[in-house]
Amino acid sequence: MLSFILQRLLTVTPVAIGVSIVCFLLVHLAPGDPLSAILPVDATQETIDAMRTAYGYDKPLPVQYVLWLWHVLHGDLGISIATGRPVVQEVGRAVVNSLILAFVATLIGFTFGTFFGFVAGYFRNSVLDRAASAISVFGVSVPHYWLGMVLVIVFSAQLGWLPPTGAGPDGSGNWRPDLDHLRYIILPAVTMSVIPMGVIARTIRALVGDILAQDFVGALRAKGMSEFGVFKHVVKNAAPTALAIMGLQLGYLLGGSILIETVFAWPGTGFLLNAAIFQRDLPLLQGSILVLAMFFVALNLIVDVVQTALDPRIERG
Amino acid sequence: MTTSVNEAAVAIRGLKVVFGGVVEAVDGVDLTLERGQAVALIGESGSGKSVTLRAIMRLNPERKTKIGGQILVAGQDVMALSAKGLRALRGRAVAMIFQEPLLALDPVYTVGSQITEAIRQHEKISAADARKRALQLFERVRIPSPERRLDAYPHEMSGGMRQRAMIALALACRPQVLLADEPTTALDATVQIQILLLLRELQAELGLSTIFVTHDLGAAVEVADRIAVMYAGRIVEEGSARDVVLNPHHPYTIGLMRSRADGALSKGTRLKTIPGSPPDLANRPPGCPFAPRCFLAEDRCRVDAPAYVAVEPGHRAACWRTDAAHAAFAGDKARVLEAAV
Repeated sequence: MLSFILQRLLTVTPVAIGVSIVCFLLVHLAPGDPLSAILPVDATQETIDAMRTAYGYDKPLPVQYVLWLWHVLHGDLGISIATGRPVVQEVGRAVVNSLILAFVATLIGFTFGTFFGFVAGYFRNSVLDRAASAISVFGVSVPHYWLGMVLVIVFSAQLGWLPPTGAGPDGSGNWRPDLDHLRYIILPAVTMSVIPMGVIARTIRALVGDILAQDFVGALRAKGMSEFGVFKHVVKNAAPTALAIMGLQLGYLLGGSILIETVFAWPGTGFLLNAAIFQRDLPLLQGSILVLAMFFVALNLIVDVVQTALDPRIERG
Repeated sequence: MTTSVNEAAVAIRGLKVVFGGVVEAVDGVDLTLERGQAVALIGESGSGKSVTLRAIMRLNPERKTKIGGQILVAGQDVMALSAKGLRALRGRAVAMIFQEPLLALDPVYTVGSQITEAIRQHEKISAADARKRALQLFERVRIPSPERRLDAYPHEMSGGMRQRAMIALALACRPQVLLADEPTTALDATVQIQILLLLRELQAELGLSTIFVTHDLGAAVEVADRIAVMYAGRIVEEGSARDVVLNPHHPYTIGLMRSRADGALSKGTRLKTIPGSPPDLANRPPGCPFAPRCFLAEDRCRVDAPAYVAVEPGHRAACWRTDAAHAAFAGDKARVLEAAV
């Protein structure tokens, strides 16, 4: 198992290098000079050249990349142009907030998605199946920012049960696991959980249907197993695929929550990315994209390893 | 038959199985399996042999299936069993071997754990003791290095070994009745023989009553005391293995005998087949279901279904023209003899 993990790590390295190159080039691909955002419009050529040398933009691209990578590897992602704080600090705080939101949302989505999926798969073509499938189709197809706004209107504006925006009562950007902060996470997490819930429910419905149609289920019944005993077998057979889907969904949530974080003013990476784009804060943009991309790489690695541990048919090594 | 119903290991009376309200997969099957006996159910795909076998354990999907008639296992009415009673019967009194062991074993559990699971479903026994029993079973079915194989996953074993493991699983709770659904079809020819010999040996030693489903006449003769030939959901001929093969009285059985290749086929000769295809079971024609393909069919065959004729004691055939059929087969034999001389 250890050698398998090491081997996966080795195969992941080129992917990570590729990702870092793309992130680095972002600055140069974006229209306009990277410095134009900081420099005043009427800056003299000397000032521009001085800044260029100061930021290292006068060196050839490969050299710039190596220097940049060297800094990144030492935990230095540069200074945010908008706030003047190190990008690492900004991204780190946002990542923690996004992670918390994504985990809570995945947990909700996975719990309900698994439940609806199993109900629908076990009682295929029944009224229960149709109801569960309708919910999951709704989950996949409803625009979630719209759902977020509807939830805010109902639960914040009308009923006044839950706060509409922010991560905590003090307005600070740090979420803590206490009751006050918990109230703030409910609406964004529920909104965010709807898509993974739908995807997981549909996947598990199909999966359970397939598994139940297999010969070994009949053979289990022929052994005299109770329905609960058969259910345990179905769960273990469904687990590798279900976990893979869950891992990917978690990955999407980490990066794909710009709309929801903006609707709920949740101080996460999506919110940060949104701000970085509109303020043309290139170091911040570069840094947050790099961190998010690395999350995907790491997540895929973890899913791979967990799946291999669960399913004996996947070759190790 | 002289023995009473209560003494038989399995007694099937007038079994009818209808799928989805239209497909009459089994249409009035009577079959008695005496204790310690092996009966082979023979027929082509879709003749209802597997459905009959599954009905004994009520394994056909209950929501879509309508079952009529009576099935008694050791005098116990299977149709009247509660869910709990049915679970106690399955695996314990009656066990089944499936056609394709790779599909019939759960791929994500080790073979050993699937056997101990079956044992512990039916008996209050510790995990360690159940494993010991599983190990003995593996030795019994002659799986090499059994200790190690217990921890193997199904995909890590060869086809023959998997089928041996499947047999060990079936025998785990010491059943009296063993149902085998084409146990050798998915295997290599050389492995088939080994599995057949193993089954015959186990049957004799453990005093098992066995029903074998197969479309292989050779395999049937090898293991069975009696043979029942099925066609379109009915038993068309039944008797001792010897009588049915050497002295067939139904044109369909004769057709099966003629279409055997068995090395007797010299180069350039055509393999004899039965023309046509089985009837649509959702839309049965009147009369004998085999009539449209029968070389002896006459007008009444297409109008009235034939009743069973006892051609010899313990040997019956459902045909209007058993005598003509028998004469045709005798002619076959004579020609073979002539050719040999």
